[in-house]
Amino acid sequence: MIRDTTLGARLWAAAVWTTVGFFVINLIAMIATVVTSSFATRWLGTWLPAGWTTRWYTSAWSEFQLWDVLIVTFQVIGAVVVISGVLGVTAAYALARREFRGKRLLVLLFLLPLMIPSMTFGIPLATVLYRTGLAGTFWGVVAANLVPTVPFVILVMIPFIEQIDPKVEAAARVFGANTFKLFLYVLLPLLLPGILAALLLVLVRTIAMFELTFLVAGPTSQTLVVALYYAVFAAGVRAVQSIDAMAVIYMVTTLIWLIIALRFVNPTQIVTRAKQPAH
Amino acid sequence: MDAVAHASAVEQGPNLRQRLAARGFDAVTLLVVPAAIFSLLLFVYPFAFGFVLSFEPKAGGDWLANYRRFFSDPFLYETIANTLWLAIPVTLVNLLLAVPIAFRVRLMRNQRLLTTILVLPITLGTVLVAEGLLNYLGPQGWFNRTLMTFGLISQPLKLVHNYWGVFASLVITGFPFTFLLTLSYVTGIDPALEQAAATLGASAWQRFRHVYLPLLMPGLAITFCLSFVQAFSVFPSAVLLGEPAGSTRVISIAAAQAAFEEYDYSMGSAIAMIMGLVQLGIVVAVLASRGLFYRGPASGAKG
Repeated sequence: MIRDTTLGARLWAAAVWTTVGFFVINLIAMIATVVTSSFATRWLGTWLPAGWTTRWYTSAWSEFQLWDVLIVTFQVIGAVVVISGVLGVTAAYALARREFRGKRLLVLLFLLPLMIPSMTFGIPLATVLYRTGLAGTFWGVVAANLVPTVPFVILVMIPFIEQIDPKVEAAARVFGANTFKLFLYVLLPLLLPGILAALLLVLVRTIAMFELTFLVAGPTSQTLVVALYYAVFAAGVRAVQSIDAMAVIYMVTTLIWLIIALRFVNPTQIVTRAKQPAH
Repeated sequence: MDAVAHASAVEQGPNLRQRLAARGFDAVTLLVVPAAIFSLLLFVYPFAFGFVLSFEPKAGGDWLANYRRFFSDPFLYETIANTLWLAIPVTLVNLLLAVPIAFRVRLMRNQRLLTTILVLPITLGTVLVAEGLLNYLGPQGWFNRTLMTFGLISQPLKLVHNYWGVFASLVITGFPFTFLLTLSYVTGIDPALEQAAATLGASAWQRFRHVYLPLLMPGLAITFCLSFVQAFSVFPSAVLLGEPAGSTRVISIAAAQAAFEEYDYSMGSAIAMIMGLVQLGIVVAVLASRGLFYRGPASGAKG
């Protein structure tokens, strides 16, 4: 490791750390603002609110029907996680183990929904879902959310499956395991850490997936993040603190899963999706 | 059945199944089929459907009517400029901040705490960041209050419901994304190369300019593209933190309004296609210029 000790290098390092500090302080202050406001009785023109209360949580809970929204949110997420796990892992296994014509095209097909922002493909997708009558229903929301998550699981799992030696599977075959036993006793235990990591990432991303849910959700199929958007959008109708209480509930839901996920994955994996192909 | 197949296999050489297996098509390959069908149904088909639909205007007229309307109505075509005016500066700011910080963080032993803090805004999402910034950057918020306490300004700055509110939200969610991508590219370069350059007497700037930058350029181009398309499709924060009828009327607002407020799916699809084309144009331009830079291994020599 090379350390520069000249004055210029030290000044430069100080400037870089100041920038990082400035960013982190603003980020934390922004989150603290939401939390403080949700516990405030009245907060106008002062550093801190006039008094503290928890009544906004009960009022937000009933006003926004958060219980229903939370149930829908977890049903959507559960369905998305299970389906993208099943579709993604099987496809990743085939792509990791076999070379065939058209494989590169297929990988590109799975890469595109991750590269193209959801707003761009979400509008034609929502149009199709409205035409088929799926939009506004529970399964419409699940289908829309699956579009980026299935490719995500595939691209995370391919390198993971590639590093498992195929000889292990061949050995199980030699000892007479059928496909089902091979999967249950050999592949699944070996793949479990990778599947767990991929699905936790899917979970965290789906809670925060706004655009696709927003475009296809109906009144009974809204997830928490979309309900939060409508609450902020109609700000003025309800007390700011009430909306902030809802935002805190959303934050807590997300952070619990983020903390669980971070025990199994590296923070950078949430962004970089999969090991980038060599360029 | 089996016996017949076996007999014909002897006469005609390998059967269809064996020939397919030799080319990599067997039962295992078929596992890819469900995901491929899913992707065709929910990704390729809607795109193709939207593309065709955009040439069938709802109000009638010839097949290009939607596109002609888009490029003749300033309320519509100016959204491209509005979006670019947000997305390009934000992406450049994020990238210019991310590179020096990534170079500093790469030397850190314990990066986990910082990366965890930075991943927060990404997982919380744009809606929550918009709600937080509305309070925090507002005229009574802590940001303006702090600046006034230090005497830097005498009146609160107007930072929400305009261009700067959206800009701030795109930096808060975009910078961590850009930074973590850049960091993964920077740490992928073998430090031995830098040590070799230092041994040969290169200064810090020379090592960056002549060793790291050329190796990093392809990665930075990809990072720029991904960050740019994210910023270009900004939607919730442009509505909540900007002025969605004025300076931050971005193209996704126009598309969503056409499709889901005017119920003109044809026009909505046309705008989505234009949005995709502009993104594609910028990405292709950036990736094409990548060919001008060094391409090759970024690991140490020896094999």
